[in-house]
Amino acid sequence: MVNYNAQLDRTFAALVDPTRRAILARLEREDGASVSELAKPFAIKLPAVMKHLDVLDDAGLITRSKVGRTVTVRLSPEPMRAAMEWLRRYERFWSRSLDRLAAYAERKEAEARKSGR
Amino acid sequence: MTSLTLVRRIAARPSIVFDALTTPDGIACWWGPDAGPVLLAETDVRIGGRFRVRFRMLDGSEHESSGEYLEVVRPERLAMSWRWQGSEDPNESLVEIDLRASAEGTELTFTHSRLRDEDSRRSHEEGWNGALDKLQRHLSRN
Repeated sequence: MVNYNAQLDRTFAALVDPTRRAILARLEREDGASVSELAKPFAIKLPAVMKHLDVLDDAGLITRSKVGRTVTVRLSPEPMRAAMEWLRRYERFWSRSLDRLAAYAERKEAEARKSGR
Repeated sequence: MTSLTLVRRIAARPSIVFDALTTPDGIACWWGPDAGPVLLAETDVRIGGRFRVRFRMLDGSEHESSGEYLEVVRPERLAMSWRWQGSEDPNESLVEIDLRASAEGTELTFTHSRLRDEDSRRSHEEGWNGALDKLQRHLSRN
């Protein structure tokens, strides 16, 4: 459980940065891209992009593989899946609880009206 | 994505909804994602007062959360800190509930935020949602 939470912290921390989210969004569209292709749309230098890729790699969100002189970056979906499942648990809890709250409050309202309040 | 917002339109006046949200008797009737029982409900509904609720799900698992009331404006608004007991999620988060009187009764806006930390909340406001939604579609294809 501790490891699970540490992994979630790493995932969410990696996702905080807009450049890193843009990189992930691009990797979501294209199944693999080279480092220089990934760097192109950003107004930052290659070393800065490399640093972002290190953070994403440490969080397990991407994999890098080298063929010759080209490093190909790919999305690694598992940590994102775990993060979403974690958020979905909250959504399920509240969505169903609030449905039941609404039904309960509507019963109380009907009772109050019947007794003329 | 690290904050969750839900809206419900309820055919009951705000004061009835507010009491359902804050009284132990009320909470016992709805708290929890399935028909499992609420085992304990304690509320001290004033700023700085605390709540504690424990429930059992139909699968037998028990869950407890507690926190502090940060804002109490009956019957309009409730804000409280939130923490699950145990190791499920060690972080403290924020629950805010606004009740607005409407023609049919009450419009309830529920927000659970700071689900991971301040930074991720900020990024949510920057429009993280869209990027993650796309990733989510990608993942569901796999």
